[in-house]
Amino acid sequence: MFSLKLKKTLMPGGTLLPHFKGTSGIKPVRMPAPASVIIPMSMHIGAPAQLAVKLGDHVDVGQLIASAPSFVSAPIYASISGTVKKIDTVLSSTGSSVQSVQIESDGLMTPYAGLKAPEVTDYTSFIAAVRESGAVGLGGAGFPTAVKLDVKDTSRISEIVINGAECEPYITSDTRTMLDRVDDIKYGIELLEKYLDAKKIIFGIESNKPECIAEMKKLADEDPKIEVVSLPSRYPQGGEKVLVYNTTGKLIPEGKLPIDVGSVVLNCTTLAFIASYIKTGMPLVEKCVTVAGGAVKNPQNVIVPIGTRLRDVFDFCGGLVCEPKKVLWGGPMMGISVPDLDETILKNTNAILALTDKESPSVKTTSCIRCGSCINACPLHLDPTAFTRAYNNKDGAQLEALHIGMCMECGCCSFVCPAKQPLVQRNRLAKAVMKQYQASKPKN
Amino acid sequence: MNQFTVSSSPHITARKTTHTVMRDVLISLAPASIAAIVIFGWYSLALITVCIAAAVLSEFLFNIVCKKEQTICDLSAAVTGLILALNLPTSVALWQAAIGSVVAIVVVKCLFGGIGQNFANPAIVARIVLFLSFSDSMAKNPTPTFTLVDSVSGATPLAVLSGLEGELPSMTQLIFGLYGGAIGETCSIALIIGLIYLLCRKVITWHIPITFIATVAILTLGANPIYQVLSGGLLIGAIFMATDYVTSPATPWGKVIFGIGCGLITVLIRVFGNYPEGVSFGILLMNILTPYIEKWTVRRPLGSFSAKKNVKKEGEAK
Repeated sequence: MFSLKLKKTLMPGGTLLPHFKGTSGIKPVRMPAPASVIIPMSMHIGAPAQLAVKLGDHVDVGQLIASAPSFVSAPIYASISGTVKKIDTVLSSTGSSVQSVQIESDGLMTPYAGLKAPEVTDYTSFIAAVRESGAVGLGGAGFPTAVKLDVKDTSRISEIVINGAECEPYITSDTRTMLDRVDDIKYGIELLEKYLDAKKIIFGIESNKPECIAEMKKLADEDPKIEVVSLPSRYPQGGEKVLVYNTTGKLIPEGKLPIDVGSVVLNCTTLAFIASYIKTGMPLVEKCVTVAGGAVKNPQNVIVPIGTRLRDVFDFCGGLVCEPKKVLWGGPMMGISVPDLDETILKNTNAILALTDKESPSVKTTSCIRCGSCINACPLHLDPTAFTRAYNNKDGAQLEALHIGMCMECGCCSFVCPAKQPLVQRNRLAKAVMKQYQASKPKN
Repeated sequence: MNQFTVSSSPHITARKTTHTVMRDVLISLAPASIAAIVIFGWYSLALITVCIAAAVLSEFLFNIVCKKEQTICDLSAAVTGLILALNLPTSVALWQAAIGSVVAIVVVKCLFGGIGQNFANPAIVARIVLFLSFSDSMAKNPTPTFTLVDSVSGATPLAVLSGLEGELPSMTQLIFGLYGGAIGETCSIALIIGLIYLLCRKVITWHIPITFIATVAILTLGANPIYQVLSGGLLIGAIFMATDYVTSPATPWGKVIFGIGCGLITVLIRVFGNYPEGVSFGILLMNILTPYIEKWTVRRPLGSFSAKKNVKKEGEAK
């Protein structure tokens, strides 16, 4: 029990949220192939992948359809077997247009004949394999995993933090990974120890998942390098800076990455996926997503081919019992609301929520009463009220001085605000004001 | 095709709104209000009613005249009215009380831009305005009308302590408020129940009330600290007026400095000043300093220090 104790000072701030994790007890179900999938070429941070198939081509599950053109990018593989029906552009979550491939299913889900487990013998071949797998941060960020692990010199890594916090309400897909894919996680840890020379592996798991903590604790009993930290169930424990601080006690300076303080943060599902890829050679073609929200008939975790339309996933879960007010990619705190059900499951989608009006009520913004709730809720000790004043004056210099660039848009400030001010939205707009100011500032 | 609401995250929000915060403050003032009516009679109820009505009505009319969105539903005007009423003795005429409410709402709050924009606590300013304008009726401190238990008549305990002829109330009388003074400030137990409620509901934090009261107690250690703390406007001021969000610092350390400052000024006025009571002036002066205190105590964003310092910090951690 010793390693369960929280030894480090906790980062204050954050906020208590309702959990709504009712789907955590249900084993994920694999969904049959939908009639067609639409796969966008940009499901990661970095350059969009470059198309490698033509109209009318036949593809099998796991066949490359787009390759990574540059260092910060990730290849994309066909998630169902069938024919390339259409090459088109779709509106991406960031509001820009992105090329996409529509594959019509032949209903067979034939695995690609050329698939074979990659040969991994050392650090370089391990990173190459991760790059080939198409892995991106599956917790939601979508940052290409190979880029993150490519630290050049493994002696820089003093510990690897496995993110099992899953601090967003509703989402339970990481919980299921930790319960159902223990073997994959175990193998993944072996890989990390072998090829990344990890001296210490720390699991950060919120205390509201005692069964996951117990499961990972079993791994820790076998391996002295593994440590399990029970994090308080206080959002946002899964935020990178918060997680590293609460598991290792290290503060990541502004504008720096975890590796700059010797940490690598890896989502538990990403780790399990890398392990299964190196075992089987099947690249990232499917995703376990939590389908939940008041408007869903049977909330559950579903393993879905990437590119499946939200409509098909909701139908698989018994359909929608009422017209949802909002449909989200991801959790209610940081998730992106989508305009319609033709949007698709992406690599980094960990949940799709159909929220009713009651769950996501429209709120009326009133005057700020200077209660300071937002200031005390900010996990990074930023001051949203000062951002608001500076943004209203369009004062880029002031915004820079207030470190608005550090805001991770976790949503705590907006959540707690009694005046229901759209603080996160304003911070996003303010960041643009600061960037404009920085661009216009003469460089010296 | 389905079209859903698309908006910036987060998509859920806490149940707490300005309305619920103000409702909690009203609930926390209920024990003190009931105590006021029990101790000082039905005239207290009249004072409370008139103050709240005048406050709400003046905000309502101001918004209509200025073509602003109606804000009376957030209950903040009602809170101001109630706090003002509890700060008045029964010797104040109803029309004088109404003037106080109008000053608080129109002059101090609305003219500065409404809720969240006032630089000083409206109820405090109104109390001071009434104190200076109608000194006679404000300073009278009528005897409690509650007759089941003996109460002390005449000068307030603080006036007695500063040299006036009179009799000090006993401990029981002090706790239950059976002595002369403003209707809501005497019953310590009711005010402390209100404090506990506010803390439990997380409407306020402990910083301001505790540091304020502790400062007064420590500075008057040689001169009846129990009377200094439990009598006069200290409890109602420290719990309900100094903690006003708008006019107190939002940062934890700011709150501590604010509380100590309020306590210090209160004691200075009580001990060295002409007035037996200094809570209102203490809070008002600190209200004015609030923007500066906030500026001094703003928290440095975590990890925002320079690279050099960070190396040092890491070294310390190891």
